[in-house]
Amino acid sequence: MLEAVQLACLKGDRLLFRDLALRLASGEMLRVAGPNGFGKTSLLRILCGLTMPEHGEVRWLGKLIGAEREVFHRALLYVGHAPALNDLLTPVESLMFACAAGGSPVSREVCIEALARVGLAAQTELPTRVLSQGQRRRVGLARLFVGEEKRLWILDEPFTALDVAAVADLARTLEAHCAGGGGVVLTTHQDAPFDKLPRVLDLAGVTC
Amino acid sequence: MGPFLAVMRRDLMLAWRGRTDVLVTLAFFVIVVCLFPFGVGPETNQLREIAPGVLWVAALLSTLLSLNRLFAQDHADGTLEQLLLSPEPTALWVAAKVLAHWIVTGLPLVIVAPGLALLFDLQQDALGVLVLSLALGSPILALLGAVGAALTLGLRGGGVLLALLILPLYVPVLIFGAGAVDAYLGGTGADAQLLLLGGGLLGALAGAPFACAAALRIAIE
Repeated sequence: MLEAVQLACLKGDRLLFRDLALRLASGEMLRVAGPNGFGKTSLLRILCGLTMPEHGEVRWLGKLIGAEREVFHRALLYVGHAPALNDLLTPVESLMFACAAGGSPVSREVCIEALARVGLAAQTELPTRVLSQGQRRRVGLARLFVGEEKRLWILDEPFTALDVAAVADLARTLEAHCAGGGGVVLTTHQDAPFDKLPRVLDLAGVTC
Repeated sequence: MGPFLAVMRRDLMLAWRGRTDVLVTLAFFVIVVCLFPFGVGPETNQLREIAPGVLWVAALLSTLLSLNRLFAQDHADGTLEQLLLSPEPTALWVAAKVLAHWIVTGLPLVIVAPGLALLFDLQQDALGVLVLSLALGSPILALLGAVGAALTLGLRGGGVLLALLILPLYVPVLIFGAGAVDAYLGGTGADAQLLLLGGGLLGALAGAPFACAAALRIAIE
């Protein structure tokens, strides 16, 4: 369902990759691998449509993502490095805002349920500034459990700062999402406990 | 309208929780205005003469002071990325952000301006024109400033660049804003200036959110 051809990415005056092609079928998980500074995050941002590639194009269900931005972004859930949390808001407020701004408002109860699902039942009303790194990460990931299902999940280092149990739980969630016909693109440095190892795209092996 | 209301609600809530930031802008406005009588001396006629200009320049500077807060925090914590990935039109939530910003930083200036004008012994019947000119003009300042803030987002020394970029664009607003009060005091009536400000506001409302949205897309790359 997601397809990219001949992608090239230029950062400053350094070419990160060129002639990169990838294809993600529904029900598939793709892990983007590679050492630091090889353009993993840049690739994910290009796939999301946040950054324009130097060359090449990205297609969603056969249509250019730039031409069908609204359709594509309605089906996309991106969790980046930054958890998109303001220190002055509580996790419930942040989650409700993220959903409403994303065009699919949900009720407070649904948000509290999703936060309980990621193990933050006791922290729903605390300001974000008192949360730990791992807890912030969990608030960001709570978006996987609210509202209508988004078909494509693009996750940048989702396992960072999570404890062992949460990593296992997230791996199961991602596999369930794929089993339900969705697609996942993620980057990670650690070996996540997937039952079936995802396909790997190694940026270190891409010509540039 | 969902995202519009959500963004506005959130920004107003954040402004309330971080209200010292907001008070700084207002205090700056009051202090700058109060400095002028010390500088030019207590000559009543002279103060009366310069009152509209002083109030307008002070409003313009305090708007400028608050502008770099408009997107900086959202840019730093990743909220801006998420908003740009929203399927809703970008200009819609940009307009909500600017409106919330104006309510928090511009509207208080409009409200305290008549009180400060009395310090300058401005004629009482000219206060209405002053308030009206500020009410029409300060949203233009916020809208134009938002485009500048988006263009300079994430740049080193962005604050100074923002001032260089935006202040020339503020000149027409300043001329017609302060000119409205002068014209009323001069007896010619302020209709022309106020209509021009109103037209400028409509023009800025129609164009600035789209320009701002385009600038934000560039800034986030």
